[in-house]
Amino acid sequence: MKFLHDLFEKQRPLFEKGGKFEKYYYLFEAQETFVFTPPSVTKPKGAQIKDAVDLKRLMITVLIAMIPCLIFGLWNAGHQHFLAIGEAEASFMDKMLLGLRYGLPIIIVSYLSGGLVEMLFTVLRKHPLTEGFLVTGMLIPLVLPITIPLWQVAFATIFAVVIAKEVFGGVGMNILNVALTARAFLYFAYPAEISGDTVWTFIGEGQQMVDGFTGATFLGLAAGASTEGVNVLDAVASWNGGMYEFNSLFLGTIPGSIGETSALMCLIGALVLILTRVGSWKIIFSVFVGAYVGGLIFNAFGANTFMQLPAHYHLVIGGLAFGAVFMATDPVTASQTEKGKWIYGFLIGILTVIIRVFNPAYPEGIMLAILLMNVFAPLIDFYVIKANKTRRLQRATV
Amino acid sequence: MEHLINLGIKSIFIENMVFAYFLGMCSYLAVSKKVSTATGLGAAVIFVLGITVPANWLIYELILKEGALTWISDDFATIDLSFLQYIMFIAIIASIVQLVEMLIEKFFPALYGSLGIFLPLIAVNCAILGSALFMVPRGYSLGEATVFGITSGIGWFLAIIALAAIREKLKYSNVPAPLRGLGITFIITGLMGLAFMSFMGISI
Repeated sequence: MKFLHDLFEKQRPLFEKGGKFEKYYYLFEAQETFVFTPPSVTKPKGAQIKDAVDLKRLMITVLIAMIPCLIFGLWNAGHQHFLAIGEAEASFMDKMLLGLRYGLPIIIVSYLSGGLVEMLFTVLRKHPLTEGFLVTGMLIPLVLPITIPLWQVAFATIFAVVIAKEVFGGVGMNILNVALTARAFLYFAYPAEISGDTVWTFIGEGQQMVDGFTGATFLGLAAGASTEGVNVLDAVASWNGGMYEFNSLFLGTIPGSIGETSALMCLIGALVLILTRVGSWKIIFSVFVGAYVGGLIFNAFGANTFMQLPAHYHLVIGGLAFGAVFMATDPVTASQTEKGKWIYGFLIGILTVIIRVFNPAYPEGIMLAILLMNVFAPLIDFYVIKANKTRRLQRATV
Repeated sequence: MEHLINLGIKSIFIENMVFAYFLGMCSYLAVSKKVSTATGLGAAVIFVLGITVPANWLIYELILKEGALTWISDDFATIDLSFLQYIMFIAIIASIVQLVEMLIEKFFPALYGSLGIFLPLIAVNCAILGSALFMVPRGYSLGEATVFGITSGIGWFLAIIALAAIREKLKYSNVPAPLRGLGITFIITGLMGLAFMSFMGISI
């Protein structure tokens, strides 16, 4: 440790004002604070807040919360692959290795491309390199299918980091969730690689999908069944030997984006976030409530068969759980006021179900629902604060 | 009734004036710095649209359309004045806006002060002429035209107050100098359009 510390101290003059590499000071600082505690701390005298939680610890907590989703997702990628080619008896290790073989490159590309852009902006705009991208860089691979071309990952990441974040001044100032912007960008620019029935399962060269297996997601099948007017649950029951039963939907052994399939793993992540108070339980809870209420309302109408889908199914299919836990709770783009968080979450839930049921063009609604509510979050805050002001003014009448 | 509600939802969200047609951008970009001003302008747009679209509908159906003048005399059955629709619509809109301006100046002087030059600009707000022109080929009835006018206004209102709230929040951001002001507003509008894509393709 001392050796490392000395090394930093020796280089410091080079990067400080007047030094040879003055321009790159923030890169130096980023390295240093990555290894050591930042040298600038609040003075102990008169400090009101005594907690060591800084941005770094906040972000690492989110990363830890994502680990269950990531590991399960990689395993599931392998699991789906072996199911699809008819080798269901493949071992745990085989599945995991296949997941790693095709999942890791996506993660590495996302971190590398985004990280490089961040560094470039750090130097150009002279703002500190922060840890916000640690989370974004992991969220992006988790919401993409395992078969996504790597150049698209890099392209989307760079687009999202520059347009959704850096033009607003970097971490903490963006208005749309960065990871979702990356996904939405891919979704509209290259729909063939991120939607449909075949992209969710990896099939190697020369391998063939066995008869009776479909790589389609539950949502895709449900939308199809709804246009044909068949009962959704009956329609999916026949696929893949009962793969789309409620239990396996909850557990997540179904095709889908890498990290989103398992509601169970998302709930474990939610537990971590809520216990450490990094994520707002109000948002997570109200998204689920919103989706359930939305489901119930549509049950009451029941105009098409998708509407008749039991409301609790809406909570476990698609990416609702993942979006609710990791995307909607993004502290920067969500509502900042406590009352606003209830409204924000609830509307996300209801909108998700509305888009799923009404919009045949987009089988999954959570991504666009969160982006839309990101847009309206400042407005919700504005009115909550205004209502609060009016209430307190009324109370203050002399 | 249900049909009118569907039309309303459609023109607020799915065919939003700003995000689906990119109409009314000038005042949308210029008067969105504060939520309170944006609310005032938005309300004025709802009001003007709610009046001008049915007014223009009457003008079109009773005067401009081919054969519309038969209520005066049967000899006019072949007269088609619809080539006059642009100039007529603009004249109607401009005079109604003038009226609204006088009313606001008289009864809400504070709002008048904050809207400033932008109130007369409603006259050339393309969302308003746009709605009047959309109404013609879509063959709306008078009721439909009124609902369409008001709800298009509500859609525009929602868009501008959302943008204004974002821009108020953005005061604390460290936007790169060349992008400050209109530049970043265009980028925000684009990102908002991306979010509004969620409604594209819904058919009700």
